Amino acid sequence: MRDWMKMAGIRSSEITDQRLFRQRRQLIQASLAAGVASVLTHQAAAQAASLPGPIARSAFSTDEQLTSRETATTYNNFYELGTDKGDPVRYANRLKTEPWSVVIDGECSKPGTYTLEDVLKPHAIEERIYRMRCVEAWSMVIPWNGFSLAQLLKRFEPTSRAKYVAFETVVQDDLPGIRRNVLQWPYREGLRMDEAMHPLTLVTIGMYGEVLPNQNGAPLRLVVPWKYGYKSIKSIVRISFVEEQPPTSWNMSAPQEYGFYSNVNPGRRHPRWSQAKERRLSGDTSALAALFASKIDTLFMNGYADEVAGLYDGMDLQKFH
Amino acid sequence: MHSIVVRIAPGVRWSSWLKPVVFVLALTPFVYLLHALFTGALGPNPIESLTDQTGTLAIRLLLISLSLTPLRWLLKDTWPIRLRRMLGLFAFFYAVLHVSIYLFLDQQLDLAAIWEDLSERPYIVAGTLAFLILVPLAATSTRKMVRRLGRRWSILHRGVYLAGAAAVVHYVWLAKGDLLEPLVYLALLLGLFTMRFMRLLRQT
Repeated sequence: MRDWMKMAGIRSSEITDQRLFRQRRQLIQASLAAGVASVLTHQAAAQAASLPGPIARSAFSTDEQLTSRETATTYNNFYELGTDKGDPVRYANRLKTEPWSVVIDGECSKPGTYTLEDVLKPHAIEERIYRMRCVEAWSMVIPWNGFSLAQLLKRFEPTSRAKYVAFETVVQDDLPGIRRNVLQWPYREGLRMDEAMHPLTLVTIGMYGEVLPNQNGAPLRLVVPWKYGYKSIKSIVRISFVEEQPPTSWNMSAPQEYGFYSNVNPGRRHPRWSQAKERRLSGDTSALAALFASKIDTLFMNGYADEVAGLYDGMDLQKFH
Repeated sequence: MHSIVVRIAPGVRWSSWLKPVVFVLALTPFVYLLHALFTGALGPNPIESLTDQTGTLAIRLLLISLSLTPLRWLLKDTWPIRLRRMLGLFAFFYAVLHVSIYLFLDQQLDLAAIWEDLSERPYIVAGTLAFLILVPLAATSTRKMVRRLGRRWSILHRGVYLAGAAAVVHYVWLAKGDLLEPLVYLALLLGLFTMRFMRLLRQT
């Protein structure tokens, strides 16, 4: 029995029989993807639109205390909407997510321009509660809704020449942040093929059981939990299978500070600030209590070392940071 | 040299209102920050927000106090000088808040972490230098100290140029991505230095 059911005082007799539940779930899952796509396309602009449920919780989830939805949706880095943490939510409606399509190109058998519905249709949505560690030394715990990127990428049948996957964020004239070249637009990110195919790497369409708010990268973003937050690229419009390591935005801006890999690593100091500790933003305490909260130790690979350390066997992580 | 005389009320010169008005203006951000702290308006990361805002306020006030002497030359009037000590002390006040938040709230007096910052991060060194220069200036800001130190007072207080430069360098060095605001301060600082340098050349 889930904790929240206990807390809500729900008796076992009120819970649907497992067998019945499974049958229903198969039915629901068949219609789920279509439902998700239609919710996304028709309600993306609306705040707090629920995703069609039920959404199964993935075993990859942490049981740490969640960051409040309020905090995770009002304290953001999304430079296309402005560099202040409050800018993304302030200018969220400048981002137009409808219609949305994603260009798939490069070394694959099925390149093309896919509508958001095409991209999402076959996939069942899970909940993944991940730690999110920003390079600025703060962190959150967020329940994301999405599916493994690997499932999506396989559909386009990457060829043996595809060694990396490159991603691009949308550029729209109305986005207030793109008027200044704080970074070179479009925002670019990339992963090595094995990182992209790792089951932890999540294509994300929602959070807290609701459609992804614009300020969090609607309608489609990545979440790569063992890397610094900027690797989890938002509002994706292009996915390219490439042979060479692709250029990435923060690396282009300051290569000595932000590497291509950008794995969370407390032992590799950012040249200008320590990465040994982080401030966990939970958002459920008063501002006064938050003033006296201690920082917590940052974990190697953001605590996902058991799952991903093998990807970097034999690599010098100081050099390939 | 005469002050401009504007009658606001019979018998009251506008310049007598100047100091109290500027005092209230300079204190307003502090009141705002306190209010924001208690109402939660500082957002989910109040330590970061308070650190940023007190630091920016200290730099702005320092730049304003550095601009008062050139302003006197431009206006050919003395009233800017009467604000200089007060605004300098306000800059120090916000700098004290900034440093205290860093030491007591952000680092929680973790001496190892503070030492790591000092020994490895040039921007922390620049900020510390700026603050340490301001301490004796604030301590010798009374009329009594001005009289007691005489010529040495003016020499000592030239340190404010160095403090201003160190503070702005501190800000430019720590910024991530968006350099607009720190670079504007740097440009203002260079402009103020240029004005003083030109005057020095003309006088010698």
